[in-house]
Amino acid sequence: MTLPAFDYVILGAGPAGMAAALTAREHGVKVLVLDEQSQPGGQIYRNIETLKTTRPQEFQKLGQEYQSASQLVENFRQCGVEHWFERSIWQISKDLSIYHVNPEGEHDSSVPSLVQAKHLLIAVGAMERPMPLPGWTLPGVMACTAADVLYKTSGLVPEGKVVLAGSGPLMLLIACRMLDAGVRISAILDTGNKTSTLESLPLLPKALRTPSYLFKGASMIWKLRKAGIKMVSGVQTVEALGTQKLEQVRFRKGSMTETLGADLLLLHHGVVPNVQITRLLGCEHQWYEQQRYWEPKVDEWGNTSVKGVSIAGDCGRVAGSKVAELSGHLAAFDMLYQMKVITQKDRDQKSKHLFEQRNSHLAVRPFLDKLFQPSKNWLVPQDDSTLVCRCEEVTVRQIRDAVKKGALSPDRVKSLIRCGMGPCQGRVCGLNVTEIIADESGLPPETLGYFKIRPPLRPITLGLLAQLH
Amino acid sequence: MFRKLSEDRIKVRISFEGEEFFVDTDQSVASALLAEGHQVFRSSVINNQPRGAFCMMGVCFDCLLEINGRPNQQACMVPVKENMVIKRQISSGNNPS
Ligand SMILES: Cc1cc2nc3c(=O)[nH]c(=O)nc-3n(C[C@H](O)[C@H](O)[C@H](O)COP(=O)(O)OP(=O)(O)OC[C@H]3O[C@@H](n4cnc5c(N)ncnc54)[C@H](O)[C@@H]3O)c2cc1C
Ligand code: FES
Repeated sequence: MTLPAFDYVILGAGPAGMAAALTAREHGVKVLVLDEQSQPGGQIYRNIETLKTTRPQEFQKLGQEYQSASQLVENFRQCGVEHWFERSIWQISKDLSIYHVNPEGEHDSSVPSLVQAKHLLIAVGAMERPMPLPGWTLPGVMACTAADVLYKTSGLVPEGKVVLAGSGPLMLLIACRMLDAGVRISAILDTGNKTSTLESLPLLPKALRTPSYLFKGASMIWKLRKAGIKMVSGVQTVEALGTQKLEQVRFRKGSMTETLGADLLLLHHGVVPNVQITRLLGCEHQWYEQQRYWEPKVDEWGNTSVKGVSIAGDCGRVAGSKVAELSGHLAAFDMLYQMKVITQKDRDQKSKHLFEQRNSHLAVRPFLDKLFQPSKNWLVPQDDSTLVCRCEEVTVRQIRDAVKKGALSPDRVKSLIRCGMGPCQGRVCGLNVTEIIADESGLPPETLGYFKIRPPLRPITLGLLAQLH
Repeated sequence: MFRKLSEDRIKVRISFEGEEFFVDTDQSVASALLAEGHQVFRSSVINNQPRGAFCMMGVCFDCLLEINGRPNQQACMVPVKENMVIKRQISSGNNPS
């Protein structure tokens, strides 16, 4: 059977994927972009086309950045790229055949169900770092970016007693957006640690090369304070309380414990790369100590250890939308060179200013990565009864017990107590499982490995699964 | 838990647990249910505890529902469509498979 083939298949239509598509199309290459969402934009510019036409007021409120992104999306639509939306990837084989389904987990006849790539770009972005704490599975407790998704896609904003807990610039950004939309936030519980603040100071001078990031951060904090929101720093524990749904949030700071009534608790602990697909493909990964996550090992163009597979954007080292966009262009230039569409000299010439711009955006990162370094308190939940694996309902204590029995890797823990075996395939618990094994065994996380990721990446029908064999 | 900033003019009819709603198009099943005040989507497979949408971006699989008779549908990813029949996914508990 001959499959429909494309020179360049891009997974993800966020800033990274769109930029790569534009550069590839400018050179006449046949490009296909697949994305789970219903339109281009990625996480940051989710639903941007619909927002602009149906909710122009809110589109304006999202700021200048959003308005210029609207041009990027328009260029993407017009560049002659083939794009299939509402397509979720569930398997990619070694020869780069890509299997995908619609959101219902089915094939439909609108597009071919299997395509082949000569070169594959993975630009699937990041996800929020899970923040397991007692009661975090109660309805009414959500990821902070979930509220942002609801706002951007459906114009839904939190109502009632809203509490935010965690740390990181994205939490501040989302809190500010809520303020602008008229939401009353009851409290922001800042779980960031003071040591990181001190340790980040030596990195500040380099960060000042791009002062706009720091200015933006400072003005967000100022805005939230001015609005009179209760902001508590140095929070050491947070618990979500309730029976059928969230009713209260209890937190501790030093010797002080306080309980707040709450209808919605939004958690944020920074973002980490989504490595499910690079893991599936067997790309080499490395441990990034500063932010304590796994990232694919890549060269300056984003090429992974697997031939014909590169990455761009926040599914590698997390660095935000501007860097994602620049990395998308760079990855595409190198693909064009590898495919002999342009010469090495051409590639280098066209990329020079892109590298310069990327370096200037990256200057602030070491400072931010240190300042918002996740602290151990939150990586290894202190309360042993906390659920870590939400799918299979496995607690910290069970993981520690498995380690005591000799399970010294996430995969061994999984085979012993099913942790990471549910439908999310360890997307949620993976990093915490690693941290708990490291804590219990005294071994460094980078020596422990990770879950082996196998197809299907999402639940599909048995009929479809049979295709694989 | 959530409120809508503005209403769309075009609506689709869906039902959740037998109750009918007219909801905006262009949104996921999860956001339609949250806008109607429904937070509990399923019960957990081992301990039978209430669960609802958590990440809203297809990562956590906590939003699984039964849609038009098919179980394990990701409510945050599936767009609402006219006449969808949506049910909670209730587990019998202690079911490790
Ligand atoms: C929920 C969320 C909200 C964010 N909001 C903001 C914000 O408002 N402002 C900000 O500055 N930063 C935000 N960020 C940070 C964000 O990571 C970057 O700013 C930026 O979006 C990264 O661009 P990217 O192109 O690398 O990836 P993304 O923009 O994340 O794009 C990746 C795309 O890949 C698609 N995808 C993922 N997995 C699959 C799959 N298996 N199959 C098919 N398609 C898939 C996704 O649907 C998405 O469209 C957010 C991050 C998250 C996780
Ligand atoms: S809410 Fe997380 S997958 Fe739907």
